[in-house]
Amino acid sequence: MPLLKTLPEDEFRQRLARGELALEVGPYIYKLRSNLPGVSEGIATLYADFPMADPHEFVDYNVALVSSGILQRLRKEAEFLFDNANPFDPIPVGQAYAFLEWGMNWCVSLYSNEYLKLHAGAVSKGDTAIIMPGVPGAGKSTLCAALGVRGWRILSDEHAMFELNTTQVIPLCRPVSLKNESIDVLRNFSSSAIFGPISKETHKGVVAHMKADMHPNSHDRKSVTARAMVFPKYSPGESQRLTPRRRTDSFILAAYHSFNYSLLCEAGFEAMKTLLDNVDCYDLVYHDLEWAVNAMDQLADAQVPP
Amino acid sequence: MSFLLQQILVDPSRILTLDHHQMQLLLAQGRNTRLLASLMCELQRGGIYEKLPPAIGRHFFTAHLVHEKQKRDLNYDCEKIRLALHTIGEKLVLLKGAAYLQAELPVSRGRLITDIDIIVPHRRIEAVEDVLRNAGWEGGEISAYDDRYYRNWGHEIPPLTNLKRETTLDVHHNILPPTAGPNVNAEILFERLIEVKPGIFTLSLQDMVIHSATHLFHEGEFHHGLRDLWDLDRMLRDFPTRDTQFWDGLISRAQELDLLGSLFHGLNYAQQIFSTPLPSGIIEDAGNRSRLLRKPVMDFLYLRAFRPKQPECKLPFTELALNLLYIRSHFLRMPLYLLLPHLTRKAWMRHFEKEKDSPEIPLNPKA
Repeated sequence: MPLLKTLPEDEFRQRLARGELALEVGPYIYKLRSNLPGVSEGIATLYADFPMADPHEFVDYNVALVSSGILQRLRKEAEFLFDNANPFDPIPVGQAYAFLEWGMNWCVSLYSNEYLKLHAGAVSKGDTAIIMPGVPGAGKSTLCAALGVRGWRILSDEHAMFELNTTQVIPLCRPVSLKNESIDVLRNFSSSAIFGPISKETHKGVVAHMKADMHPNSHDRKSVTARAMVFPKYSPGESQRLTPRRRTDSFILAAYHSFNYSLLCEAGFEAMKTLLDNVDCYDLVYHDLEWAVNAMDQLADAQVPP
Repeated sequence: MSFLLQQILVDPSRILTLDHHQMQLLLAQGRNTRLLASLMCELQRGGIYEKLPPAIGRHFFTAHLVHEKQKRDLNYDCEKIRLALHTIGEKLVLLKGAAYLQAELPVSRGRLITDIDIIVPHRRIEAVEDVLRNAGWEGGEISAYDDRYYRNWGHEIPPLTNLKRETTLDVHHNILPPTAGPNVNAEILFERLIEVKPGIFTLSLQDMVIHSATHLFHEGEFHHGLRDLWDLDRMLRDFPTRDTQFWDGLISRAQELDLLGSLFHGLNYAQQIFSTPLPSGIIEDAGNRSRLLRKPVMDFLYLRAFRPKQPECKLPFTELALNLLYIRSHFLRMPLYLLLPHLTRKAWMRHFEKEKDSPEIPLNPKA
């Protein structure tokens, strides 16, 4: 399928406004609609290299971020629509782009359960995927983005999805969400990082998304084998280290960071067990991104494919 | 404006004839009305689910997983509630979704629940609240006005939440507020309970149907309207096979509970929307002259309210119909001299006291 950037600008805007723009995101197809300039700019910037899909075929997630009606326009509000209905209250137009990305995450969080889903970043170097679960503020997105601008492939910033009872990560590459200080940290870290619109005063503070598909294989749909699970922790006060941790409490932590471990019940337990039996687990405490990227490089290089 | 969900629920095999666009609409309507897992069960029973392409089947599968999880969670929660009530000698009597699931009735196939509804005798409310609080079920933050409103004019106490389990429990002492028109003697509901598991009870088959219809036609909002009507259809098809006397006493029981009006609407719309087979003449028996006269107007309103809210499916004047039904529900709930001060106060609170709400978190869909 042709890439989004091959569409002439006029046609892109028209199709987005009419809801006839569909994109392939990993195994899923999203259909997008928006009448907001900020949203169309963001999509044009961050999804330029995504393959398009036929909007008249079956799509998995039909989403929109629109401002409609006189009242909404006067109030400068917009709303996220899923299946043409609004699951959330309207938000200020200035937050529209961030909200679209959250809405797109929400679709997967709620409606995709054929895989074991961890709330984790997933990155790969060569044939080796590394999973990075993390609580908010642990720095998983920052590290994910930093690895992305240093030649790693970003498999996902938000949902690490595994084929049940395997260590195979299903790629689901979408823009990386960065918050507050992380935005400038990444700007200073690499001049090649490309950002979409900035949303201010969201409930998470300032939010900007970074283009995630710099790697040439970013949209390859084949799964990648996970060989390590790294629990990042951004901590300015501590000395930096990459140290092994026990599988048992890694299991519990990973289950805690899973979107659907308990939903899948026994299948979830079995899937998590297979995963944890087959990956090495580490703590990564860092405050310097260069150091962290270097440590991840060494970890990936040390993995010898069986 | 096609109401595909209705057509496929009634005749699941037709799903195989849908094109991509129609399939999309069907899934949207199923999610919106919380009936996707129920539809999945119908497809499975007809051996049709396996014939769907995996890219489409997975959307049904995921809805069904949620249903399965709710069933498991409900087992655990019911056991805890049963034990708590047992300490003060009260039985656990479940209502609606939780009752269907625990009784493993066909109506529970794919049924999703949002909370656990139970009923206890009015005079035991305080004792019940105490033991439930000890068992981890706590009242949420609620304004003093709302709390007073529930306790003075409600048929239930403010919802209790189990913070660890993230489940909500609605404790009722009646099936309609004491201020509502019909004067329901809740005590007679307890005379015909069915024990579905040791120590766990539901209302009788007839009372379950009457309660479901009452709930539906006294509600002001219709997010679950079609789902509730589907419940009625499933029960009305199944219950006569469990109890050959089911139809005979239904009308007189509704009369005894002063809920014949709700039963009339329930039978009427189940038949209109899901072609529920009914004994001939029963709708006429349930409807008096004024109900039959008002039927065209009510049909206009309800046949709109039962549709999913997607633009592709909505009929013209849906907003008007929903607003009128919302107002109607308030008139049914209490007389004007109580209603007007209440609505004024609520409008005031909504307008001026809204800032207290926490900011919208995208992962929590609004109710």
